[in-house]
Amino acid sequence: MRDFVYDRADSADAAQTAAKEGARAIAGGTNLLDLMKHEVETPDRLIDVNRTGLDQIEEADGGLRIGALVRNADLAAEERVRRDWPLLSRAILAGASPQIRNRATTAGNLMQRTRCAYFYDLGSACNKRSPGSGCDALNGVNRMHAILGTSEHCIATYPGDMAVALVALDAEVEIAGANGKRTVPIAEFHRLPGDRPDRDNVLEDGEIILGVTLPKPTGGAQVYRKVRDRRSYAFALVSAAVDVTVEDGKITRAALTLGSVAAKPWRSNEADKVLVGSEPSRKAFENAADRLLQGAQGHGENDYKIGLARRTLVAALAEATGIDIAGDAA
Amino acid sequence: MMDDMDLSLHHKMEEKDERNQLDQTAQDVLSKPLDRPEGPLKVTGRATYADEEHPEGTAHGVFVRSTVAHGWVTGMNTAALRKMPGVLAVVRDAKMLRNPAQGTAGEAPVQNPNEIFYVGQPIALVVAETLEQARHAALAARPKYEAKDGEFEVPLEDYETPPKKQSSEGDLDSAMGQAAHSVDSIYTTPAMGHAMMEPHAAVAQWDGGKLTIRASCQMLKYNVAELADSLGVKAKNVRILSPYVGGGFGGKLGISHEAVAAALAARKLKRPVSVALHRRNVFEATTRRSETRQRLRLCCDDQGHLTGFGHEAWVSSLHGESFSEPVTQASSFTYAGDNRVIGHHIARLNITCAGSMRAPGEAVGVPIVECAMDELAEKAGIDPVDFRLRNIPEKDPSTGKPYSSNRLADCLTEGAKAFGWEKRGEVAHQREGEWLIGLGVASAVRVNMLMNSEATITLDPDGHAVVETDMTDIGTGSYAILTQLAAEMLGLPMDRVKTVLGDSDLPPSSGSGGSFGAASAGSSVMLAARALREKIAERLGVEEKDVTLKDGNAISGNKVTPLTEILAGERLKAKGEIEPGATGDDVRQATWGAQFAEVAVSAITGEVRVRRLDATFACGRILNPKTARSQCIGGMVFGLGSALTEELSYDLRNGRLMTRDLADYHIPSNLDVPPMNVTFLEDRDPYANPMQAKGIGELACCGTAGAILNAIHNATGIRVRDFPATPDKVIEAIEAAQGQG
Ligand SMILES: Cc1cc2nc3c(=O)[nH]c(=O)nc-3n(C[C@H](O)[C@H](O)[C@H](O)COP(=O)(O)OP(=O)(O)OC[C@H]3O[C@@H](n4cnc5c(N)ncnc54)[C@H](O)[C@@H]3O)c2cc1C
Ligand code: SF4
Repeated sequence: MRDFVYDRADSADAAQTAAKEGARAIAGGTNLLDLMKHEVETPDRLIDVNRTGLDQIEEADGGLRIGALVRNADLAAEERVRRDWPLLSRAILAGASPQIRNRATTAGNLMQRTRCAYFYDLGSACNKRSPGSGCDALNGVNRMHAILGTSEHCIATYPGDMAVALVALDAEVEIAGANGKRTVPIAEFHRLPGDRPDRDNVLEDGEIILGVTLPKPTGGAQVYRKVRDRRSYAFALVSAAVDVTVEDGKITRAALTLGSVAAKPWRSNEADKVLVGSEPSRKAFENAADRLLQGAQGHGENDYKIGLARRTLVAALAEATGIDIAGDAA
Repeated sequence: MMDDMDLSLHHKMEEKDERNQLDQTAQDVLSKPLDRPEGPLKVTGRATYADEEHPEGTAHGVFVRSTVAHGWVTGMNTAALRKMPGVLAVVRDAKMLRNPAQGTAGEAPVQNPNEIFYVGQPIALVVAETLEQARHAALAARPKYEAKDGEFEVPLEDYETPPKKQSSEGDLDSAMGQAAHSVDSIYTTPAMGHAMMEPHAAVAQWDGGKLTIRASCQMLKYNVAELADSLGVKAKNVRILSPYVGGGFGGKLGISHEAVAAALAARKLKRPVSVALHRRNVFEATTRRSETRQRLRLCCDDQGHLTGFGHEAWVSSLHGESFSEPVTQASSFTYAGDNRVIGHHIARLNITCAGSMRAPGEAVGVPIVECAMDELAEKAGIDPVDFRLRNIPEKDPSTGKPYSSNRLADCLTEGAKAFGWEKRGEVAHQREGEWLIGLGVASAVRVNMLMNSEATITLDPDGHAVVETDMTDIGTGSYAILTQLAAEMLGLPMDRVKTVLGDSDLPPSSGSGGSFGAASAGSSVMLAARALREKIAERLGVEEKDVTLKDGNAISGNKVTPLTEILAGERLKAKGEIEPGATGDDVRQATWGAQFAEVAVSAITGEVRVRRLDATFACGRILNPKTARSQCIGGMVFGLGSALTEELSYDLRNGRLMTRDLADYHIPSNLDVPPMNVTFLEDRDPYANPMQAKGIGELACCGTAGAILNAIHNATGIRVRDFPATPDKVIEAIEAAQGQG
C-alpha cells in the first residue's frame, strides 16, 4: 500500500473543499481499501467523510432524502423504505454480507468499482485501470461480464444491487462541486465505457455525493430478483428490479431494470412502454424483456446471461403481477 | 525418580487386534461428546495462530510474484527497491522454493525461483519494517523475464501414462458390447483450492545456528526435514511451532514458500522475519486440487449386476512432481465387475502445483463414479440404492483380498430408511412452483491408513498426566481426543490430563493428513498409556488386563488403591509408538458411507438449493461424537462446494488464475448449507489399529457431490457432467432438454 495523507471532514463543505484540493473520499472503506492495498487505486490523499453528518434519512416532497453516509444496513431496515420502497430494501439485502452492509454507505455503494478480475490484477491489460493497455477480459475469463452497452475497450459490469433498484425507482443523485450543487437522475449517473472505461460515472473531480433522493412512492408492486452462484455474499450473475402498477387488469405503469448486464443498471423507456396498456401475461413480459435486451451480445463465457436475464425479468414481472408462469417455465 | 522414558511400548500392526481394550476401560470419557479443551482459547481469540506472535523487532516479508507462466527471471530492479522507504532487503535466493513440498516428502521440494513454472510463483521476497512498506515495494518490483510458451490445459493426447498406474482385468470392451445396459460418459471437475481459514504464515528467528519458526503446518516431523534440507542446515537445528493451525485440508502438508523465505531473510537480517501469505498467494502459489477429466465405462446384465467397470482419469501437475491426484483410488475395490480397466494419465501444465486436498482421489473420483452408477441404475430400471446393494463385492474385486470391514450395505440400507428414500419419485416429477424437487444418493468410500507415530505420557506423582507429541490440531479436535484417550486409559478425570501438541521438539507423530491423525497419534497415546498401566499393574502384582483404572484409583479384585499411593512420589514417563504392518497390505482397509441429498432446482434460473443432506458412516470407533460430527458436516459442506460453487478459473491463454480471493472462489455460505444429519454405525475394525478408530473427515466429502448431482437429475431429468453445477450450466441443460422434448 502506498503512503497517503488522511484527513477527516466534519461537514459536507469541508469534504467538498478537500475533494476540490484533490482528496479522495473514503466512507465505509469496504471497496476503496481493498483497491488501495492492491494498488489498483493509489490516491495520495484521503478525506474521511464519515463524520460529515450526511447520515440522515429525511422526508422530502413526499419522497425520501437519503444521506450519502447512510449505511446500507440502516437504509434496508428503515421502516418507510420497507413499507413504500420494498424494492430498495430487498436489493440492498441481496448484496454483500451483513458485516459489509453494516459498514458500506449509500454513496460508496454507488461508487463501487467493477469486480472484473483483470481490473484487480496489475499484471493484466485493463483499460479501466490503465487506459490504453487493452482489455484482457474481452476474450478471457468473462463469465460475469456485460452483454449490453459494452465497447471494444471494456466489457465490465457495474456489479452492485442497490443502484438497480434506485434506477427502477427513478431516484436522483445530489452532488456538490466547486460550482455548487447539481442533481443527476440515477439512470444517468453511471456511464457506459465507450472509449473512456476509466470513467465509471459522471462525478467530476472535486465533486462529492451528498445523497440520493427518492420521489413519491409509486404504490406499484415491487420485486427484486437476484441470480447468483451462492445464496449470499456473491455478486449477481444477473438481477432484475421491477415496479409495476396494474389497474383494472391493465398495466398502467412499469419500470424494469436489469443489473449486472452492463456498466450501469439497464433500463429503457421503450421496454417500460411495451407493458403499459397491456394485460399482464407471459407473452407481454417476454416482449418487454426482449425489448430491454435488444442488442445484447455475449463474449463467450457470458453468453448465458442473455437468456438468464430474460427469464429472470419475466419471472420478476410474473411475481409482481401475480401471474403463474411456473407451469411452463421455459 | 525414575529415569525419563524408562517405559515404552512399541506395536506394529502385523495382525488383527481384537482385544478392543477401549471397550473395557472404566473412566467413561471416551466416545463422549466432550468440548475441546482449547475451545475457550479459540473463541476468545487467545489461541495464537502462526502470525499472531511476533518477537520484538520482527520485520515483514512480502513476495514478488511472477506475472509470466514459464521461463526465467533474468533481472530485477532490486537496487531501486532497496532504496524504497522501510525496505531492509530484497531476497533472491536459489534456496527459495518453486512450490511447496508434497505431503510426507521429508526433503526439499524443487528450489530456485529463477526458473518460472507458473504465474504467481514467488520469485523474490521484499522485507521491510512494516507490512505495508514491504507490500508496496513488492508491487514496485519490475522483474525481467525470458518467457517461454506454457501449457495450461490438459491435452486430449500427449500426456504421461505411467505403467504402474494402469490396470486391467478381463475384457471391458467386449463386456460393454455384450451388456444389457451400459454407460460411457465423460465428466470433468475443475481445479479447486483448499481455502482454509488461516492463510499460510511463518515467523522465523535464529539464535546462533538454531532456527525457531512459528508456522502453520500439518506434519511437523516431515516439515522440519523439508525446511532443514531446503536451508541446508541440520534438522536438529530447526524447531517448528504450530500449536494452532487454522485449517489446512492438505494445503499445509509440506513446507511452503513462506517458511523457507522467512528463515532465509531472518538469517540475512539477523532479526525475526514474518512472512504471511496474502490470500492471493495461497490460491495461486501453494497447491491446488488438480482438475480432472474422467471417463466412466460401466455395464451390467439385465439383473443389474455389474459386468464391467472402467474408470480412466486425466489430471495435471507441474513438471517433475511425483504427486498426481489419485482419482481412481477407490475404483479398484468399491464395486463388482469381472472386466475392469483403471487408467491414470498426467499432463504437465504451467499452473499452480497440484497437491493433496482433503481426500485426494476419492473426493473427485467417487462422486463421478456415483453419478455414472446413477446413470446405469436408471438405464437398468433399478432403484439406485438397490442397484448399489446388488454390486457390493464379497472381497476386493481387483486383488481378491478380504475387506477389513465393509459396511457399505448397512450404510445404504439404514441411511435410506433414515432419509425417507422411499419418497423419491420418478425423474422430473415433483414440483413446488418454479422449483423442481429431487432426491439423490451416493456411496462414500475412502481408503484407511495408519502411519508411524510416537507420543509420551508423563504421570506426575500427584496423579496428573501430560501427553506430548508433535501432532497438530488443524481444527479437527486432536487436543480433545488425545486428552480423552489418555484420561480413559489412565482412569483420570479430563481436568487431570493436559495435552501438548504442535512442537517439533516433541515425539514425532504422523501429523495431520489423510485422515490418519486420530488413528495414528491416538494409537501412540494409547500405547504410552498401556505402558503406564503395565507399570501400575506390576506394582500391584497383577496383570495389566486385570486392573481397572478409574477416577485416580486402581481397582484390582476388590482392592482400591489411589494412583498417588502407587506412584509413591515418583514420576513415570512412558513412550508409545505405533507402526503400520501387514494389516495394511493383507486386507483392504477402507471407510464407508452412504449420502443422501434433497435439492430444489429453479426451472427459471437454474439455481440449485440443497434442502437436506443426510449421511450414514461406518468409520471405526468414534472417539468423540461431537468433533467427529464436526468433521463430517465440514466434509459435507466441502462436498457441497465442489458440487455447486467451487472452481479455480484460469485464463487459458496465459495461465493466470482469475479467482484468487474468497469473493471470487465461492465456498458455500451459511445460507447454502442445509440441515444435516450424520449417523455413525457402530464399527470395530480389528485390522485398523489397537483403538479400532479410522479416518473420518475425508470420508464425509467423498459422496456428497455425487448425491447432489444425482438429486439434480432426479429433480430435472438433466445430467450436469461438468462440475460444478452452476446456474448457467443447469439452465442451459434444462433449456436444451426442453428444446428436445
Ligand atoms: C466480498 C464483497 C462482496 C460484495 N458483494 C456485493 C453485492 O453482492 N452487491 C453489492 O451491491 N455490493 C457488494 N459489495 C460491495 C459493497 O456494497 C461496497 O463495497 C460498498 O457499498 C462500498 O461502500 P463504502 O462506503 O464502503 O465505500 P468506500 O470503499 O469507502 O468507497 C468506495 C468509493 O466511493 C467513493 N465515495 C464514498 N463516499 C463518497 C461520497 N460521499 N462522495 C463521493 N465519493 C464517495 C470513494 O471515494 C470510493 O471511490 C461487496 C463487497 C465485498 C468486499
Ligand atoms: S472488462 Fe473493463 S475492467 Fe475488465 S479488463 Fe476489460 S477494460 Fe478492464
